[in-house]
This record gives sequence, structure tokens and C-alpha cells, in this order.
Amino acid sequence: MSDDAPLDWIARAGKRAKGKRPEYFDDPAIDRLLSLATALASEVSVLRERLDTVERLLEAGGSLERRAIEEYVPDTAAGYERGVATKAYIARIMRGYQQEVEALEAADPPVQDWVEKLARE
Amino acid sequence: MTQEVPPPYTALTRHPMMPRVDHDEAARFNFLANFNRYLSGTIGAGNKLAYEKRVLPAFRAEHGRDPQHRNEIRKAMNRDPWHRMWSALKRNSMELRQHNGRQTTLRQLDQLDALARQFNAHSGQLELDPAVAQPHYQTAVDIHCQPGGYHTEERAGDVAAGANYDVGIFATTGGAMGALNDGGGAAVAEWAKRAHPDFRPKRILDIGATVGHNALPIAQAFPDAEVIAIDTAGASLRYGAARAAGLGVKNIRFVQASGEDLSRWPDGYFDWVQTTMFLHELSGKALPKVLGEASRVLAPGGLIFHIEQPEYSDAMPLYEQFMRDWDAFNNNEPFWSSMHAFDLKDVIARAGFPRDAQFEVGVRAVVDRTIFPDAPSGEAEDYGRAAVWNAYGAWKPLAQVAAA
Repeated sequence: MSDDAPLDWIARAGKRAKGKRPEYFDDPAIDRLLSLATALASEVSVLRERLDTVERLLEAGGSLERRAIEEYVPDTAAGYERGVATKAYIARIMRGYQQEVEALEAADPPVQDWVEKLARE
Repeated sequence: MTQEVPPPYTALTRHPMMPRVDHDEAARFNFLANFNRYLSGTIGAGNKLAYEKRVLPAFRAEHGRDPQHRNEIRKAMNRDPWHRMWSALKRNSMELRQHNGRQTTLRQLDQLDALARQFNAHSGQLELDPAVAQPHYQTAVDIHCQPGGYHTEERAGDVAAGANYDVGIFATTGGAMGALNDGGGAAVAEWAKRAHPDFRPKRILDIGATVGHNALPIAQAFPDAEVIAIDTAGASLRYGAARAAGLGVKNIRFVQASGEDLSRWPDGYFDWVQTTMFLHELSGKALPKVLGEASRVLAPGGLIFHIEQPEYSDAMPLYEQFMRDWDAFNNNEPFWSSMHAFDLKDVIARAGFPRDAQFEVGVRAVVDRTIFPDAPSGEAEDYGRAAVWNAYGAWKPLAQVAAA
């Protein structure tokens, strides 16, 4: 047993999974940037949720201790409201993707085509 | 307007072994649960649109025919910019889940290990056998991108692998597995009670049990039965046994053993042999061996029951097969693709269960619906993660006794 050896949890937590990672893009920089963007998106969501907790606790009690934030358990209604807020937040940051799906359905011609067409008609 | 959203992470039961989460750790899982639904639901449709609108027409133009195999679709879709971006997002979501789970678990590993040692020393519910080797199909890659897989120790005797699995599965399944992440096992127990009210198994074997999420509800539903949960991964069993003890479930033991070699148990020892989402983690050679051993240790008249994703039959559209195959290539599930292409009923038949002794039922996670939502299915289904399964079952013929 090596229980006494300190474990560097931050370094160890980021260990990669064995198995070659697929390369999704021709330029590996895009793979790296997307990992960064996804993690940042998650962290902004976490910040928003924490602020919501602070607001709810302040509204209920007027002041708060930090421990109260860590121990906060939303009731059913608050849990639902926060779930909706996260869903709406995801919809905002993912707009580019969602609208690409819409565009796949619609298949608009380039606006330039309309520019030329409306000049004639 | 009511919105479909996952329950908050805090709705999970904080059983004694569950790693504690602080505010932001819970919020990270809340984000991922919601984000995964967005990927499979809201924008998942983009994959089919890309396929129908441009990938399929381009394939037809190039080859003068339709794709004849899911692998042809995969190769073509892997060149499509939408599918590449969507896959990259989904892969990142899996990696975030693991990273978050490992940070939460490893920062408190001293406490978790100490607690597990206490539970396991007193309960007698854990039996490890270091001589059990990790099979190559478990070590070739880290299955579903869990760093270290189910088996790797962070240090001697630790519970990190099992604890990380337990703490984060909520994110992967979008909160559809219930307060104890046990909706699958609860569904199996509920089916057995409802469909076969006279079935009174005395000994039950769960093969590939990992932390026992799905074996525990069976033990709870059959309190007079003795349940043995086996796995090759001691790192997961250690956590699973402590988790069971913490939840006060006493009629289950966690034993380190391989499903390929059940020689420590005599013929006909068990009345029920169960696997839940396990067979796809084997290999082409191991699968018939495990089923053969399962058949041998099962008593005549006993039940084998395998919960799996549906097989890729000819009736399943190639595009759906391709989508269900995503995990094989993007989420480190190397046997997933070939396993689901097998005629499982045929493999089960060769293990000693004639077709007329077999049956197939659909199973949906049994959870507290007032808190945990129904798993999305159909077009919005998160293939491979949705809490809806096929169960392949069979009753071992009594006639085999006479024939033997």
C-alpha cells in the first residue's frame, strides 16, 4: 500500500484514455481549440449556476456563508428553473451548429444569387 | 411552456461511498447532462440531414449504387464537415465527463479508500483474487474513454476506477438512470417480478458487474437469494462491494473472476445468470466462451438474461446501424460493432439454449419518474447511452438433464 504517498490529483485527473484519439479535423489545431472551447463553455455554465445559487440564497436569507453555497440543494422548482436556464444557455452558445442543421434542411442559395436576381426582376 | 430538462445532479442519492461533490462539480455534471441531450436531440438531426442531402447523393454519384454496409456509410460520413464537427463535440463531452469525474474522485481518494477499506473489512462482501488476469479485450483500449478502464489502480488497493464510474455516469446518460444510477437493474428486477411472479431464484450470478449498479436492484428484489457479482476488475469490485455495504444490501458478494472461467462453481449451481450491457465489452472468441460457461453453471429450468443494445438485423436501416456504431470508433468500444452484428440468438443457441427456449423483450429504465425523466427514444435517442434496451433471455431446458 502506498497510502502515504501524496497523489497529485490535478495532474492525474487529466490522464488520457488508452486508444488512439480520432482526428476529427484536417488541422489538429482545430481539434485542440474545440476541446478548449467545450471546456470553457462548461465552465461558464458552472459560473452561471453558482451565481444563481448565490442570488437564491441571498434572496432567502439576506446574507450567506460560502459553505451554504457548497451545500445548496435546489428544490424541485429551482432545479427545474436552473435546468431550463442551462438549456437556454447551451442553445445560445451552440447557435452556429443549430443553424447549420436548419440550413441543411432549407438549402438557401447564396445571397449573391438574390442580389443579382432582384436587380433584374 | 414546460421544457424537457435533466434533473439536477443533487437529485442523485448520496449513498455513503458516493464521492462528495461541491457546488461547481455538480454544476459541471449538470452542464454535461444538458449538453449531451442537446447533441443527440437538438442538433443530432444534422447527421441524418447531411447524409440524405449530400453524403448519400455523392456516394450514389461516385459508385452508381447505394451503400451496402454501415462501414461504407461511416467512411463517407467521416468526410462530411457536419458529422466531423458533431463527433468532435461528442468526443469532447465524453472526455470532459471523465476529467470532471476524475478530479472529483482523486481529490478525495484518501477518504474514499479509507471508507471502502472499513466497509469491506467488516462486510465480508468482497473477495479479490489477484491471480485473475485482465483479459486483452479489457486492456487493448480504455473502454468508453475512461482513463485506466475499469481495472487500473491509481495506487495499490484504491477505489478510484469504480468511484469515477459512479460519480459521472449521470452526465453520460443525461440523468436517465435514476437516483442510484440503477435504472437498468431495476428494470430487470421489475420484469422478472412482473413476468414471472412464481420465479424464486436462490442463487444469482451477475457477470461483468463492475460496481454492481445493476446487480443490486436484483439482490434487493430477491432478498432471499444469494447474488454473486463477478468482474475481472478488482478496482471496480472494491468500490462496488463498499457501495453495496453502504447501501445496506447484504445478500450480494463481489468476487473477482472472469466470465470465461467459472470453474469454481459447479454445473447447475445458479438459478439465474445475468449480464447487463456487458457482452459488447468482450471479444469474438470470449463471447461464446462466456455464454458457454453461463450455460454450464445454470440449473435446468434456470434463466439467462442479457441486457444489450439491439442487434443490427437486416431490418435495421444501414444509417441507424452506422449511428449506433459511433461508440465503437469514437468512444473506445472496440467490440461494439462486431458484437451487434452477431446474431446473438444464434450464439445463445449454440451455448445450449434452443431457439424455442429463447425470448426477447424490450426494457426501459425503471426510475422515479417524478424526478428522473423518461429516456428519449426514436430520432432523439442517444444511441448507446439511452436507457432503453433489448433483453435476450432463455430458460434452460429441463430436457438437457435427461439427455446428459
